[in-house]
Amino acid sequence: MDFTVILNNLQFLLVQGFLGFGTFAGGTLRLAIPAIFLGFMLGTLVGLGRLSHLFWIRIPAAIYVEFFRGVPLVMVIFWFWFIIPVVLGMSLPEYSVALAAFVVFEAAYLGEIVRAGIQSVPRGQVEAAGATGLTRTQTMRHVVLPQALRNMIPALVTQFIVLLKDTSLASIIGYVDLTKAAQIVNNREIRPFELYLFIAAVYWVSSYGMSSLARQFENRWPSAKS
Amino acid sequence: MIYHFDWSVLWSGQSGQWLLSGLLTTIKISALAWILAVALGILSGALRTVPLPPLRWLALSYVEFFKNVPLLVWMFFWYFALPPRLPDAIQDWLFDHGAEFWAGTFALGVYHGARFSEVMRSGIQSIPTTQFEAAMSTGLTTTQAYRHVLLPIALRLIIPPATNETLNLLKNSSVALTIGVAELTFQTRQIETYTARAFEALTAGTLIYLILCLTIAALMAWVEKRWAIPGMIARSSRTEG
Repeated sequence: MDFTVILNNLQFLLVQGFLGFGTFAGGTLRLAIPAIFLGFMLGTLVGLGRLSHLFWIRIPAAIYVEFFRGVPLVMVIFWFWFIIPVVLGMSLPEYSVALAAFVVFEAAYLGEIVRAGIQSVPRGQVEAAGATGLTRTQTMRHVVLPQALRNMIPALVTQFIVLLKDTSLASIIGYVDLTKAAQIVNNREIRPFELYLFIAAVYWVSSYGMSSLARQFENRWPSAKS
Repeated sequence: MIYHFDWSVLWSGQSGQWLLSGLLTTIKISALAWILAVALGILSGALRTVPLPPLRWLALSYVEFFKNVPLLVWMFFWYFALPPRLPDAIQDWLFDHGAEFWAGTFALGVYHGARFSEVMRSGIQSIPTTQFEAAMSTGLTTTQAYRHVLLPIALRLIIPPATNETLNLLKNSSVALTIGVAELTFQTRQIETYTARAFEALTAGTLIYLILCLTIAALMAWVEKRWAIPGMIARSSRTEG
């Protein structure tokens, strides 16, 4: 075992591959962080849609969720990779394709988290808000969503960890994340054992570290039980 | 956008044959990995609840070690990194017997074993402790109490989350295309490469995955109903994946 290959390429692997600062668009975090925020926004719409009283909103939202939860992420990435050029008439860079695929895919899972979060807010809160004269939209905006958001935090952190690991799949369309960066170095140096062990350690530390932080947060400020 | 559909690419030429062989490979790798994952999951999930700290710690290490690294990285590790470190005889044998398939099966099974373990642990922990105490007071050993009392109840309780995990395993088998296993997604891409018909090929692959998932969900719902313990609350809703 010879770990000098890691030291020699440390900057490329971590700064370009993991963080995403460098000469070209890439990076695990540069994909994962916008994807979770945009996915959460779309997921909120999907989650609210699933709770709608209007069937023509509720049913498409349910189909959206069930469809994306029944299809492998690899397949969704390929869909975006092959279909965007046909639909837009031009190809987009790997970064945009991967981001679009992750946002649309994650919104199905995040939508379920939002729905569960909203349903965790006690019914009495909604009734009390209605009794004070708030409209349905105002109730949602000022009473339900702030409490729901607090209850969603543990599930959102878990989903972000899942997403962080899933971004490794963006490497199949050539997006240079940590996994692809290790492949690139490996093609030149032929040191698979050291390189894959190293990136496994990087993923492990970030994933385990984040779930430990989430556990501490949950112990200190336990979520309100309905 | 003008796109002329030509669905005949799916049954002309070799496409149909490719899809079928891809489907069979997906089922084969998923089934083998599932058996490994369930065995590891039951064992390590049960060990995480036993009264012996070293065993609990061992099972916890297995789970934390494997579930915090992406499946793709595990596939690369088992396929590209490990075999060159094995003795030549084993390497030759592996590469004569489809090393990518076995590396993929192993990666998938061990990774999902860690996730099944979490499902199993929460299943056992959701059983009231009085069940275990009652079993012990009738003179059963700890092993017997697990074998005859806790595991039979837990295995029934975990069917909904285990269904979810089974579907995740099936969908994740597509990651094996990265190490060259010719499963369904791989064959879908192959059709795209040969016919330049992305839309038709991806639709076919996607529909097959959806049908597989719905079939497994229906099958597991039947298993849950068939083995339900009368009087225990049936939890039929699917949990978060």
